[in-house]
Amino acid sequence: MSDITKQSLTNLVENIRNKKLSSTDVTKAFIDRSEKSENLNAYITNDFTSALDKAKKFDQKPNLDLKLPGIPMAVKDLFCTKDIKTTAGSKILNNFIPTYESTVTENIWNEGAILLGKLNCDEFAMGSSNETSFFGNVQNPIDRNLVPGGSSGGSASAVAGQLTPVTIGTDTGGSIRQPASFTGIVGLKPTYGSCSRYGIVAFASSLDQAGPMAQNVKDCALLHEVISSYDPKDSTSIDFKRNHYSKELTNNIKGKKIGIPKEYSVDGMPKEIEDLWLKGIQYIKDCGAETIDISLPNTSYALPTYYIVAPAEASSNLARYDGVKYGFRAKGENLIDMYEKTRSEGFGAEVQRRIMIGTYVLSSGYYDAYYLKAQKVRKLIKNDFDEAYKKVDAILTPSTPSSAFKIGEKTNDPVSMYLNDIFTVPANLAGLPGISIPAGHDSKGYPLGLQIIGKAFDEQNILNIAYAMEEKINFKNKITDWWIK
Amino acid sequence: MSKKDSEYLINRKDNQYEVVIGLEVHAQVLSESKLFSTSATKFGAEPNTQVSLVDAAFPGMLPVINEFCVKQAIKTGIGLNAKINKRSVFDRKNYFYADLPQGYQISQFKDPIVGEGKVILDMPNGQKEIGIERLHLEQDAGKSIHDLDPQNTFVDLNRSGVALMEIVSKPDLRSPDEVNAYIKKLRSIMRYLGTCDGNMQEGSLRADVNVSVRPKGSKEFGTRCEIKNVNSIKFMQMAIEYEANRQIDLIEEGKTIDQETRLFDTKKNETRSMRSKEDAHDYRYFPDPDLLPLEVSEKFIEELKNDIPELPDDKKKRFIEEFKLSPYEANILVSDIDTAKYFEEVVAKMGKNKDIKLAVNWITGELFAVLNSKNFEISQSPVSAKNFAILINLIKNGTISGKIAKTVFELMIDGDKDPQKIVEEKGLKQQSDPKTLEALIDKIINDNREKAIEYKQGKEKLFGFFVGQAMKASGGKANPQLINEILKKKL
Amino acid sequence: MSIDLKTIKHISKLARISVDEKRAEKLAGDLNSIFDFIEKLNELKTDNVEPLTSIAETTLKLRSDEVKSKNIREQIIKNSPQDNEDYFVVPKVIE
Repeated sequence: MSDITKQSLTNLVENIRNKKLSSTDVTKAFIDRSEKSENLNAYITNDFTSALDKAKKFDQKPNLDLKLPGIPMAVKDLFCTKDIKTTAGSKILNNFIPTYESTVTENIWNEGAILLGKLNCDEFAMGSSNETSFFGNVQNPIDRNLVPGGSSGGSASAVAGQLTPVTIGTDTGGSIRQPASFTGIVGLKPTYGSCSRYGIVAFASSLDQAGPMAQNVKDCALLHEVISSYDPKDSTSIDFKRNHYSKELTNNIKGKKIGIPKEYSVDGMPKEIEDLWLKGIQYIKDCGAETIDISLPNTSYALPTYYIVAPAEASSNLARYDGVKYGFRAKGENLIDMYEKTRSEGFGAEVQRRIMIGTYVLSSGYYDAYYLKAQKVRKLIKNDFDEAYKKVDAILTPSTPSSAFKIGEKTNDPVSMYLNDIFTVPANLAGLPGISIPAGHDSKGYPLGLQIIGKAFDEQNILNIAYAMEEKINFKNKITDWWIK
Repeated sequence: MSKKDSEYLINRKDNQYEVVIGLEVHAQVLSESKLFSTSATKFGAEPNTQVSLVDAAFPGMLPVINEFCVKQAIKTGIGLNAKINKRSVFDRKNYFYADLPQGYQISQFKDPIVGEGKVILDMPNGQKEIGIERLHLEQDAGKSIHDLDPQNTFVDLNRSGVALMEIVSKPDLRSPDEVNAYIKKLRSIMRYLGTCDGNMQEGSLRADVNVSVRPKGSKEFGTRCEIKNVNSIKFMQMAIEYEANRQIDLIEEGKTIDQETRLFDTKKNETRSMRSKEDAHDYRYFPDPDLLPLEVSEKFIEELKNDIPELPDDKKKRFIEEFKLSPYEANILVSDIDTAKYFEEVVAKMGKNKDIKLAVNWITGELFAVLNSKNFEISQSPVSAKNFAILINLIKNGTISGKIAKTVFELMIDGDKDPQKIVEEKGLKQQSDPKTLEALIDKIINDNREKAIEYKQGKEKLFGFFVGQAMKASGGKANPQLINEILKKKL
Repeated sequence: MSIDLKTIKHISKLARISVDEKRAEKLAGDLNSIFDFIEKLNELKTDNVEPLTSIAETTLKLRSDEVKSKNIREQIIKNSPQDNEDYFVVPKVIE
């Protein structure tokens, strides 16, 4: 079957279960395509040889009851994988080989999936274009020299380019939803505490969440079902009853109330985005759901809040990269000299910038003015959502204020780069689930996404809404395989 | 220094200075595993063999709190008569050091688990109350070893992540003697509670000492200096004395005191400034986002309260009332939990007709002397409480004299022998049969007629001579009381 | 507000990242534009707002006091840039 890599995860699982395809067939197909796709620079590390071995082993004694039977999958290089180099896109972890496995990837392998390799990402997940990676830019399969978004840029590119059937990313301020939107795929950021953070290289602990990225909503639901679990090794993991998200998936959303927050209509937003949003409202109505105008009054404060909270936590989380226990070490005259050189040479410019911001906002004399203030505003932002959810079941917004931009276009202007996350950041601050689905194209033919934000623990509901809308939208990604060698 | 009314004052020309001391004691929590990881806490293990991925701060590793350590901290709080905070928060204290793998220490800054409390010190001139400011839980750091290699420092992370309680006193201490009493009291309370072994040699108990001085009578505090990480009471006392005099000298010379962190050099017996100002620390505390606020219920605290054993102050009160001990005796017995345990076991084994005073005298006299000479703790006593009780009873019921008892005690030490058996085997039983003694005394009087006459004529000093003769004739075994009685009658 | 070079040097010391003159100037520029943007928060009155410290809607779970981690020294030291089998090794610490 030559079109293996075009198949959805759901189809591949079905074909393997029906013995129409073997794990080896599928794994080989994705390896072949990945090998021909070096131009995308989606991979940092591949594990193709051993993936093929594992596929063969699976086929000898296939356990078809598993949720991901013999399915090959590449994952973002922020997840620690046992005995496979894990870099977080950074020079400082360039040679780091974990002796342990993240809970989320462990869950995936336990359901029969096979690791293809580790996908490129912004350094320590800090970026919105994958341009901060030590391992170079990632190309968006949509067009040449177009960023795939970030930080899960390699992941988005790999799914859109069909180098992996599905993947997982992490989302701290939009790092799953924004690249999903830029590449025309589906990406879900779950409720904070739904997926364990154990074994994921930390960026900002109170915001980080792992989540699935897929070609369609159903695949996304299936993968989410696999990765979401209560984990006693993560003190912020939440023990709640999880759904069989894929089984319970329905396109019946009749009577659901969907909020349309007026504050998301920001100054200078392209008309194309405004139009897309209006189209989204119509789709909702076509599905038999109701839209209600709501207000989230503190929305415009979300991004400034995020750019205090996330760097503050990051400045502390990244203190462990000091050249002592693992990773890169620069030569130094003495301990302090070694620290300063290691961190100066080991971290890239954006990571250093954020460490500096974070160090500053926590430093003596500035804590109350910045960090404490941000925590208070974060509370207000959460209150906005709590208030809104008294009236509505979910909220519909654009995923991003623009479509994908050119590589290099925003690298010299950090603030305009940060503005990319304006619609995605509030869900992280409030700990809520959000999903981005492809909903149309702009005039250049680049994909645009819509975001549905749900109540905490209500992933099923936003998956259902996305599923119903997906049917109406009937989006087709325009992939020309321009990069294939 | 003058010692009027036991006040510790330092004199300079016309001025008298008072010393103000506050302590931050770091006490290692007794627990099997670390505060946020499941590694062992045993002392003296091979380097880096009790280190988990969490302790070495590998990417993606997360802290999970040990319930027992939380309980230990709350119990200690209860022992310090302190307020237990139902909600407390773990913060990160950020700084870089080779033995701090995370680049931050998880501690409690704004909202500690235990609030204000107090301890009572027994000083020679009466009791003194020392206020406790707070107690919080935090992680210990690893160990940097600087002397194994000329170019490099070696790092051992075995201690990294071990739970510590930091107990902060109010600046209520006024002398090295009070510091001594305070540390001993804290140690005693924690050992009663089983929350810290108090072993200073192994570093289970160390302190940062805050010292300032002020003119006698002044109500305002002077500028304080913090002497970091002092690990013995003797060094604390030496450091305070040095530091107080250093500060007074500065004042007398009209100079100002810099608020700073200092180090006590035990070899030179002096404190010196630790870091230049340029490197002044800014710890950037903020709530650890990997952890949630720690919340404990009323029920949780109540259950721990019910689990608190009798503590030294209560035990002392009881000993005084129940056993009619002097406060001094009671203090000696309760200050160390093992001594109190030994004493209470002796009391229990002595049975109905017991002489508690005698037992106390023997414990604080003979037993302590033996322990001292062998450098033993009372828990390692070569004489069990059971055999010790038998010995005291043998004295009490007149089977042996106090003098013979000392001989018996010495024989007991080797292998915890039963004193009853020693007395029987060696024939050391006291001669208490009046008839035998009367015969013996008759013979002595007969043999020393002249002296007996002199005695009767008024030379009363000679009574002692007859007692001595009688004891000698009995081989030391005669009951001295009976000898006295019979002699008085016969002479 | 304006973040000057002296502040940049101070922060870089705290963060243990060496920064040369040129980078310091670039960072000062970047940080100033970022903080201009962050200052927007000052529009909001937050005096009576409780700060949000954790978004996880759960309470802190406590684990039992059991030793589960064994001696994994080899694993722990394996990735270190310089070691001697027993210890992590760093350049001499000078006080």
